[in-house]
Amino acid sequence: MTAVTDHSQGDEGFRLSQLLYDTRYRSVTIQIIALLALIAGLGWLLNNAVSNLAAAGQDFNFGFLGSVAGYDINQRLIEYDSQMTHGRATLVGLLNTLLVAVLGCITCTVIGVIMGVLRLSPNWIVRQLSAVYVEAFRNVPVLLWIVLIMGVMIKVPPQPRAFRGDNPDATMSLWDSVAITNRGIYIPRPTYEAGSALVVGVFLASIVAIFAFRWFAKKRQEETGQILPVFWVGLGLFFVPAILTQLVMGSPIGLEYPELAGFNFSGGIHLRNSLIALWIALSLYTGAFVAENVRAGILSVSKGQTEAAASLGIRPNRIMNLVVLPQALRVIIPPMISNYLNLTKNSSLALAIGYMDLTGTLGNITRNQTGREMESVLLLMAIYLSLSLSISAVGNWYNNSVKLKER
Amino acid sequence: MKKSVFFGALAASALVAGAASAQTLAEVQDRGSLRCGVTTGLVGFAAPDANGEWEGFDVAVCRAVAAAVLGDGSAVEFIPTTGSTRFTALASGEIDMLARNTTWTFSRDVDLEFEFTGINYYDGQGFMVREDLGVTSATELDGATVCIQTGTTTELNLADYFRANGMSYEPVPIETNAEAQQQYLANACDVYTTDASGLAATRAAFEDAAAHIVLPEIISKEPLGPLVRHGDHAWGDVVRWSLNALIAAEELGITSANLEEMAAGTDNPEINRLLGTEGSLGEMLGLSADWAKNAIAVGGNYGEVFDANIGPDTAIGLSRGLNAQWTDGGLLYSPPFR
Repeated sequence: MTAVTDHSQGDEGFRLSQLLYDTRYRSVTIQIIALLALIAGLGWLLNNAVSNLAAAGQDFNFGFLGSVAGYDINQRLIEYDSQMTHGRATLVGLLNTLLVAVLGCITCTVIGVIMGVLRLSPNWIVRQLSAVYVEAFRNVPVLLWIVLIMGVMIKVPPQPRAFRGDNPDATMSLWDSVAITNRGIYIPRPTYEAGSALVVGVFLASIVAIFAFRWFAKKRQEETGQILPVFWVGLGLFFVPAILTQLVMGSPIGLEYPELAGFNFSGGIHLRNSLIALWIALSLYTGAFVAENVRAGILSVSKGQTEAAASLGIRPNRIMNLVVLPQALRVIIPPMISNYLNLTKNSSLALAIGYMDLTGTLGNITRNQTGREMESVLLLMAIYLSLSLSISAVGNWYNNSVKLKER
Repeated sequence: MKKSVFFGALAASALVAGAASAQTLAEVQDRGSLRCGVTTGLVGFAAPDANGEWEGFDVAVCRAVAAAVLGDGSAVEFIPTTGSTRFTALASGEIDMLARNTTWTFSRDVDLEFEFTGINYYDGQGFMVREDLGVTSATELDGATVCIQTGTTTELNLADYFRANGMSYEPVPIETNAEAQQQYLANACDVYTTDASGLAATRAAFEDAAAHIVLPEIISKEPLGPLVRHGDHAWGDVVRWSLNALIAAEELGITSANLEEMAAGTDNPEINRLLGTEGSLGEMLGLSADWAKNAIAVGGNYGEVFDANIGPDTAIGLSRGLNAQWTDGGLLYSPPFR
């Protein structure tokens, strides 16, 4: 009887109140309402933007990217002058962003790994120094570090004029090859003359040879157990053949030294203050986070692993390389990707010190000279987004290649 | 039903957005204060004094407009803007007017859609260098490092000038005048370039002003003036005629000393119309009859404002030059108050 009653209740058909009170439908109802609210919110924002642009009498187009920029950019990795387009200026800015991001990612990794390992050192002083570094850089906004380092770079080193005269106030360092001034650091630039292609070719070939030797050494070790001196052979291969070719060919690759000419040094490579300040500040700041990740990764490998390896008679540095690090990497890599992302995005703080990155060109001068705020900022966001997604994709690919293979 | 409410709200918000641009005068009167965009600090043009009170040549324009609209020259909220934030601030409605030594150009007027309401300073771009650099002309600046404010017309003029003269330079982009001063004084750049008036004002703030010279070349025309958004002509008229009132007052001999006396009525009908004792000019603008009197009362006529802030007796020491009345051989020429 009861069963029949239940059945008849089920047959009453679908009532509207079930959407709210029936647990089978409730979650769907809530999701649909949330989706509608989201669409409505986006629609309102879009409508607001469109109606305000219309009220201000402005259209929405990216034609300005093809018009003449009219401004100069000091640091250019590709050819650019003020008669080229805003699109080209944007590209120059993007390359400057990529330059500081790549340099920063490399140095922050080196600094972070060293400091992270030192933080686990048995030596009390080394451990505490590393802790001071991490806490000082991690807990102060990176913008302050950028501005501080820039301020020091402008105020402390001598001005180019101090290098002039018979008895100058300042002299160049490293056998007259490097000039450290308050407008940046000038370093020698390599010059390529006839025959230099051969030297470069030999160098590339020796790098291939290093990898081939490592592969051979690994194979031999697996087969015979004999260990070859991979490091020393690699080091020799890296330097000796290229240097020999350079000497035999009569030094086709030369160096162009910076020289004081007119107002500034000319020749050589000019590393501008803004680049150096941004690079150092971003590396030290992000390096502090990397150090903590490295420390966490190493601590995550249980002590039993180290002890077991030691009891098998493996030497300490091999324990680190063969047992601890491969396991620690799996913990270290995912947060490293987000550190690299942060560094790349923080590079937009370059605006504060006049480094002409993407934000400085497209997001500041182009936006301001053309009055296309909406278009410039949307394009800027799209570029940063694709940059970040690319970094994530590469990072995730690498993470997948080193993670524990579960079969 | 809920949907119709939503779309109703949507339509209403769109209407508000559309109409907002045409009622700045009413907004300022309701708010009881004028929001005026100025520089982040350029002594003589706009900078806070020791008590935090804004003062300067551009500030005086803001105060005159506030006095004309609200009867109180102190009812101004000063909003500091940089060269690259000023237009966004004005276009978005964050400020009612911009008085920030901004150059009137074709593209700013037509493409960026702003309305320049007159010229309060006729200027041109110059170069400042240290005297001991031994440079006497801008044509000797090949290879120099130049500090330049981003987002300005001077940035574009600089590129044009060096290209036209076949010279190279290293631009150091900076955001504010204070930053430029810091970099220039630390010798991180050889040259600082901006409007000649700005150079004089910056130089006046140096401890050793005599060690710096402004080169003789003026490489551009920089007509500086206040501006408002396109489309709100009633508000544009208020700003335009407030500035004209200051200029006309000097021409007609109205000063802060004789203002009360003149306002009691004179034999000159133009003075009477300007000061509201005759005709209904104030009513036509939607302001009180004594609007111009209030505007002049704040800091005196154009000449008094000039002398008090940037004139020969101040540290900045600019002479009137092009900014003299047309009757004295300058370019200042207010249309008649009729």
